Amino acid sequence: RVRESEGKKKLSPPKHRRRRKRTRTVRSNLLLPGPEAEKPQRSPMANNRLKTTKYTALSFLPKNLFEQFHRLANVYFVFIALLNFVPAVNAFQPELALAPVLFILAVTAIKDLWEDYSRYRSDNEINHTECLVYCRNEKKYMNRYWKEVEVGDFVQLRCNEIIPADILLLSSSDPDGLCHIETANLDGETNLKQRQVVRRFLELDSEFDPLKFTSVIECEKPNNDLSRFRGYIVHTSGKRDGLYKENLLLRGCTVRNTEEVAGIVIYAGHETKALLNNSGPRYKRSKLERQMNIDVLWCVLILIVMCLFSTIGHGLWVWQYGEKKPVFDVPGLDGNYLSPVLAAVYIFLTMIIVFQVLIPISLYVSIEIVKACQVFFIHQDKDLYDEETDSQLQCRALNITEDLGQIQYIFSDKTGTLTENKMVFRRCTVSGIEYSHDANARRLAMYQEADSEEEETAAKGGTLSQRNSVSSHQSIKVVHRSLSMKSHRRTGSRAEAKRASILSKHTAFSSPMEKDITPDPNLLEKVNECARSLEVTRSHEQPLSKLTPELSDIFDFFIALTICNTVVVTSPDQPRQKVRVRFELKSPVKTIEDFIRRFTPSRLTSGSNSSSSSSLTTSKSMPRLGSSILSSVSSESTLLKLEEKLAHSPQMNNNDYRSQQDRRAIGGRPEEGELRYEAESPDEAALVYAARAYNCALVGRLSDQVSVELPHLGRLTFELLHTLGFDSIRKRMSVVVRHPLTDEISVYTKGADSVIMDLLLPCSSDDPRGNHQKKIQSKTQNYLNLYAVDGLRTLLMHECLCIFLDEYASWLKSHLEAESSVENREELLFQSALRIETNLHLLGATGVEDRLQDGVPETIANLRKAGLQIWILTGDKQETAINIAYACKLLGHDEEIITLNAESLETSAALLDHCLQYIESKFSNNTIDKTAGNTTVGFCPLSPSSSSVHSSLGLVIDGKTLAYALDKTLEDKFLSLARRCRSVLCCRSTPLQKSMVVKLIRDKLKAMTLAIANDVSMIQVADVGVGISGPEGMQAVMASDFAVPRFRHLEKLLLVHGHWCYSRLANMVLYFFYKNAMFVALLFWYQFYCGFSGSSMIDQWYLIFFNVLFSSLPQLVTGVLDKDIPAEVLIGVPHLYKSGQKMEEYQPHMFWMNMIDALYQSLVCFYIPFFTYYDSEVDLFSWGTPITVIALFTIILHLAIETKTWTLFHWSSCIFSILLFFIVALVYNVSCPICYPPSNPYWTMEKLMGEPVFYLICIISPVVALLPRFLYRTLQGTIFPTQLQLGRQLNRLPPETHSQILNRLNIKKETIPQKPPCAEHSPQNPLSNDSDCFKACNHTPSLQSSQYGNDPAFPSNTKAEHTTGLSVTASPPESLLCGGNKQMESMSVEETFPWNTTVDQSGFSLLNWITSTPLFSRFGRVLQLSPHRLQNEAQDNMCVLGSISSLHRDFKGLTGKNSNDFQEQLKGTPTNCCKSETLETTFL
Amino acid sequence: MKNKNSQGAQECPSRCPDNSAFKQQKLPAWKPKLAAPTVLSSFFTIGLFCLLMGICLILYINYSDICLNCSKLRENSSNWDKECNCTVHFTLQENMLGNVFMYYRLQNFYQNHRRYVLSRSDAQLLGQDVNVSIQNSSCEPFTTYPNGTPVAPCGAIANSMFNDSIQLFYYLNSSTAIEVPLLKSGNSWWSDKNVKFRNPTSYNLSSAFAGTTRPPYWQKPAYLLDEEDERNNGYINDDFIIWMRVSAFPTFRNLYRRLSHTNQFADGLPAGNYTFHITYNFPVTKFKGQKQVVLSTITWSGGSNLFLGIAYTVSGAVIVLAGFIITAIHLKLRKKKTYFQR
Repeated sequence: RVRESEGKKKLSPPKHRRRRKRTRTVRSNLLLPGPEAEKPQRSPMANNRLKTTKYTALSFLPKNLFEQFHRLANVYFVFIALLNFVPAVNAFQPELALAPVLFILAVTAIKDLWEDYSRYRSDNEINHTECLVYCRNEKKYMNRYWKEVEVGDFVQLRCNEIIPADILLLSSSDPDGLCHIETANLDGETNLKQRQVVRRFLELDSEFDPLKFTSVIECEKPNNDLSRFRGYIVHTSGKRDGLYKENLLLRGCTVRNTEEVAGIVIYAGHETKALLNNSGPRYKRSKLERQMNIDVLWCVLILIVMCLFSTIGHGLWVWQYGEKKPVFDVPGLDGNYLSPVLAAVYIFLTMIIVFQVLIPISLYVSIEIVKACQVFFIHQDKDLYDEETDSQLQCRALNITEDLGQIQYIFSDKTGTLTENKMVFRRCTVSGIEYSHDANARRLAMYQEADSEEEETAAKGGTLSQRNSVSSHQSIKVVHRSLSMKSHRRTGSRAEAKRASILSKHTAFSSPMEKDITPDPNLLEKVNECARSLEVTRSHEQPLSKLTPELSDIFDFFIALTICNTVVVTSPDQPRQKVRVRFELKSPVKTIEDFIRRFTPSRLTSGSNSSSSSSLTTSKSMPRLGSSILSSVSSESTLLKLEEKLAHSPQMNNNDYRSQQDRRAIGGRPEEGELRYEAESPDEAALVYAARAYNCALVGRLSDQVSVELPHLGRLTFELLHTLGFDSIRKRMSVVVRHPLTDEISVYTKGADSVIMDLLLPCSSDDPRGNHQKKIQSKTQNYLNLYAVDGLRTLLMHECLCIFLDEYASWLKSHLEAESSVENREELLFQSALRIETNLHLLGATGVEDRLQDGVPETIANLRKAGLQIWILTGDKQETAINIAYACKLLGHDEEIITLNAESLETSAALLDHCLQYIESKFSNNTIDKTAGNTTVGFCPLSPSSSSVHSSLGLVIDGKTLAYALDKTLEDKFLSLARRCRSVLCCRSTPLQKSMVVKLIRDKLKAMTLAIANDVSMIQVADVGVGISGPEGMQAVMASDFAVPRFRHLEKLLLVHGHWCYSRLANMVLYFFYKNAMFVALLFWYQFYCGFSGSSMIDQWYLIFFNVLFSSLPQLVTGVLDKDIPAEVLIGVPHLYKSGQKMEEYQPHMFWMNMIDALYQSLVCFYIPFFTYYDSEVDLFSWGTPITVIALFTIILHLAIETKTWTLFHWSSCIFSILLFFIVALVYNVSCPICYPPSNPYWTMEKLMGEPVFYLICIISPVVALLPRFLYRTLQGTIFPTQLQLGRQLNRLPPETHSQILNRLNIKKETIPQKPPCAEHSPQNPLSNDSDCFKACNHTPSLQSSQYGNDPAFPSNTKAEHTTGLSVTASPPESLLCGGNKQMESMSVEETFPWNTTVDQSGFSLLNWITSTPLFSRFGRVLQLSPHRLQNEAQDNMCVLGSISSLHRDFKGLTGKNSNDFQEQLKGTPTNCCKSETLETTFL
Repeated sequence: MKNKNSQGAQECPSRCPDNSAFKQQKLPAWKPKLAAPTVLSSFFTIGLFCLLMGICLILYINYSDICLNCSKLRENSSNWDKECNCTVHFTLQENMLGNVFMYYRLQNFYQNHRRYVLSRSDAQLLGQDVNVSIQNSSCEPFTTYPNGTPVAPCGAIANSMFNDSIQLFYYLNSSTAIEVPLLKSGNSWWSDKNVKFRNPTSYNLSSAFAGTTRPPYWQKPAYLLDEEDERNNGYINDDFIIWMRVSAFPTFRNLYRRLSHTNQFADGLPAGNYTFHITYNFPVTKFKGQKQVVLSTITWSGGSNLFLGIAYTVSGAVIVLAGFIITAIHLKLRKKKTYFQR
């Protein structure tokens, strides 16, 4: 798609060729084209026309055909069709044999054409968008289409316009030459980015005039790196200015907050970075398809065997007649007979033509159609739509939908994937005192609770409406909402959130949850006090130091919160005004020389004049290669201001302040409430909002000043001297400001605790102040640890007060030097930053919560029940990661956590060995196949050996150890350890490591992996890459196969759509093989009766169109619409997902089973008509036609047996297929009396349909053919139904029983993973076999014994659960029971307390989990419910009910509605027993 | 692509999919469950139907062995013009009532051989211009004689036409034999006789076939196939039409004559002694084949053997049996389950 960049190279003299190759030169198009040589050089550069279409009207046919012939199957079929043109071997009429191939090619071509056309239309739409381009003749900007924009044109853009090409910013209405762009279209980041006018044009005093632009721009060739742009602009004066990415407006972005900008087009059309980045959908081959291809190869083998058999048969047949040639052995064209060998060879080729149908010609195109429909349905699913972001699921890879149903491992990122990436301020510590912000925590909890409430109501509505039609679904939901106060409030808040998000559509990180922070009363009080006293001190013009240390810390803390960031303040309505009162002190001084000149009175000049002037020379060319223009610009002007300040007396500041006050009184500054903060990272926004809650509001930020609104004090303006941006190496950022109150230069730093704690001012313990500091530090460290345990992100706030002017000046010099240096600039900048960020004074710490997304714990729990192993790979530190893992239920508190932290390869090896030994010793008594698990790496971890996955183990590994563990020598050990753990958490891992982990699992364990992350590398490595289309960035979405709006959508995507797609496609593929084999076998049997001459009794028309026309539609409909299990059941019983992982629907033996069935059916369909017509006067084709009909009936009825749901489409497609065949046959058979040799079927069908025998054989043959399959399906459904069949039966029952069975299925699910040991190793438990385990009601002895029969395998697990069970219930009979269970005295226990045995493990583990998780108050509420009941009723069965009801809640309310019914049923003991009996009968 | 999406979003605020039953895959559907109770009824219904559908005199006279001398003669194709006759005697024990059909039956004659099946020209048989139709046909090598005279009818099928003539005599008593009246025409499909086969148009048949010659194995040209009946001569000769309809199996029979219900044969063939007078022309020993004459009556089902009836009976019985087994299993399982619950 991307044109070769060589082509755009400017024609140039040979000597410059090498250099020019790597750059592009752009001149203004407005310059009069002087020399003719100018003309040809522009044409090779792409214009702005967007063309994503693949074909043109002329090139479509050849190009499309060429592409289609890349598929081997197509080549094969064309080869066979062409073989038909060879007279010696032809089997069919050559033209006719081409028909199906042409049909398939045509269908694919039409599909491609349609796709291309829709691309063309969208291109056209974009191409005809208008924009303002400067016109030389009119001397003003004129409206032109995007496609007419060319490189070198001048484009003017207004606010909210989309940028048509990559434009170099030359002018902006913004006084500082800034322009804000929103890059959401490009990278999905919704925050605004600043762009800067090219330096020299910024200093233009007059309005920018394109006609005067004579400079030449040299820049790099078009590339796809969004974060890089290098080049320079050569002015007519010969001066050069560097160009950086800050100067470039990217195509596809939107101009925000800037009234007008203008620039010159640098890259256009397909050379823009946006388009170079868009690589379009990807092609991956799914696991099912790989398996299918193996079976296609088997088919080829079968075909060859059949052909060889026929060849030998024919050779023998010819040979037996010897020299006496029979009359029916027609000699060749020349009248001579062929030798047996030659005849056989010819026959081989003929046979390949005759049997070609065995390789399903329409298989590939059918699969494509089915997948396209599946993708359509996934797109259309309402449940995968997120209303807050108004986004839906995107399938970017169209051909791996079925892989979604076979995932075994999920690798997840944390930030932005599990969490919302909405940072919420939670609590803070200032000078060693913790402010817990309880009210704030409660507020957040309310959101959370309200969230879950709504979820529950929605689910309840869902269950209720299951019986009803879809339309009533909504109304019931509404009723529920109005009934429940909580949900009412919630809907209110959500609506509000939506309104707010629409209002501030373009503002990132500003949901009400993030904005409305409830201040802590204590702190608020202190802030007010502090402000008051400050006001007092200021009015008396007293120094700031009058404040107590604590209060001054608090003051500085909030100042730091407010200004130590890069947050941009905007108001929603108007862009920044061009005419605005600028800082009065702005001096006309332009260069640093001036500054130095004026600086003479200061201390600075003394001694270092020469050095400073030497630095000046370098600083002149400073921005050429620098990337951080902003900081350098500000630093320069800072120097100026600094100098100005020196001349003024301190009182000036007050004047300054007053003047600002005045200005505010007059000025059109927007009110605080309207302010929006746009931040580059969500943390920053969270902190600014937090500060605003304490009335310390950031009201304005320019490149050189920050205005803060303070209580009582009013507005303060800080001079922003320097910003040291955040980077991941330093992990901190700093601002250098001049404090307006004290007129001192201060450095405010914030950063991660791990790096900042070392930079603190070293304080001696004897100094009382230092002592105090130390105390504060240790206290703060304590609180920090506490925050980390709560899963909060921590940031420390620091201030380095009292930097002296001279120090600053010298630092500034060196810093400028560093910035302007060419070599190891990064290094120097780092050193420079380090110099100023020293001797910090600790102010406090903040805890910011990155909230988990809605429904993450439930989703993870459900996915895990579905047998998926979930790994979290995160770059976060260990403590935070572990806590998030707890919060999202990845780790349970009953789990034992193995933490691997090693410093070297040897220690990691030892550690791994030790852990493996530990696990083995711990579980060796009971683990059955530990050796199997140990030795067979590469074994499917979910097959029976999965019992070695210990449900009580969690593995935590940090990045460093991971690096060692991924070493070749250790990876096997690491894998065998990781596979035994229920959950794995890798923290502090780099993106590369993440992808290596995924690759390791994928390659070594041959497992299906899914990566859901923001890391491109991880997504690309995994079998299925899922991106989150959130604020984190679109880069991941671009690389992903699927993009979901939310993590929780993964649940439905995998459990429902994945399962459906897999089961549909697997069944369809198997059916395809069956169908073709069955049809071809009919022909094969006939060869025995026609001397293996390649004769076919089936008319060639029927033979050729059978696959493509007559039998294709029903299977397509089934492949698209069949639902083996309804969605609710799949979600409610995640265990059913395991069928996909185990490839239950399409196992290798199933292909052979289908082949055998096809063999049997074809024998029946061949021999019943054979014997019926044996020894009769029937002619070849009047005998073959009934066979065709029988085959059609059998094939369609076979599909009918396999179809699980019959919608109108199924019925009509089947009927249509049969009708189509009869109509075609009848019409075809009367159409022409002499056509279509050799069959010449005139009147055949009509004659047949007048004979009763025809009908008789058409009835009996399909019945006999399908009897075994039908019988097998019936018996299997009755005696040993699979999980899937049981799930299917669920929704057939009335809702009450439905929920009970669902409940039982869930319990069954708990026991399932432990079943193999139960069946094999507890012979004392005779009742525990498959069906019993399942069928047994949860309060019958059989279940009880089977369930606890498993216990010996997991002693620690049960023990833990039972002990917690004891602590929760605290009732003596219960404890007796639990003890009894442990010793497996099931019978006696059952006698004593027949009802207690209902206590199932999941119930307890849930309770247990609730008690130990402080973060989730919603579940805490459920917990309150059960002990409450216990106290009141003090009855065992009520305890059971409590746990069950909580269990119910856990299952997303699916059964929620019925829990009450269930409780009642449990109370009514005898009736219930009977009830469940009747229930069983219906169940069978 | 992304660009386009967001533009779309600006125009209409919601990208929320339609809540239609089709798009949400919630179409009303019948979900059959393949388990005992639901399928039992179908088993019994189908089984009984098959049983109800269940329940002819056939006489085979093999003459290829009896007429051994003739078959030896015909092995050598040079003896084509020598006539060979043979007689076969048989006795009917019972009357053959109703329609009686006389077939000739060939064994191991692979009429369904692929190249044999192709070797014909339908256009020629429809009476179209010989030279044109032969050009487009697949009659090779039986298209023309070396001298260029086209063959009429062309092709291997026509060339190998069965050309024995069989006459049936009934002994009224031990000495007097009368010929059983047999119908030559009306044996082929109506559509074949009237649509698919046409003689070339000319004032008489022999001139219509002028310029052509008989197939190499034929003893007489096509316009002499039935000299008695003009409407049964040439391409529209019933024996020829029937032969041209290639049979499905290597062992097959073709209808040769029907009994004309006249005089003492009004009800069929009475019991007694009969004799076939066969003019032996068709060689079968070359391909280890056999020739037979078959006398048969036809049943209502059009079939000629018992297979279909037996098939229905057997499969009906099997299905009913399966039904019982399923019932038993079903009952037993239910009982077992109740046991567990108590």
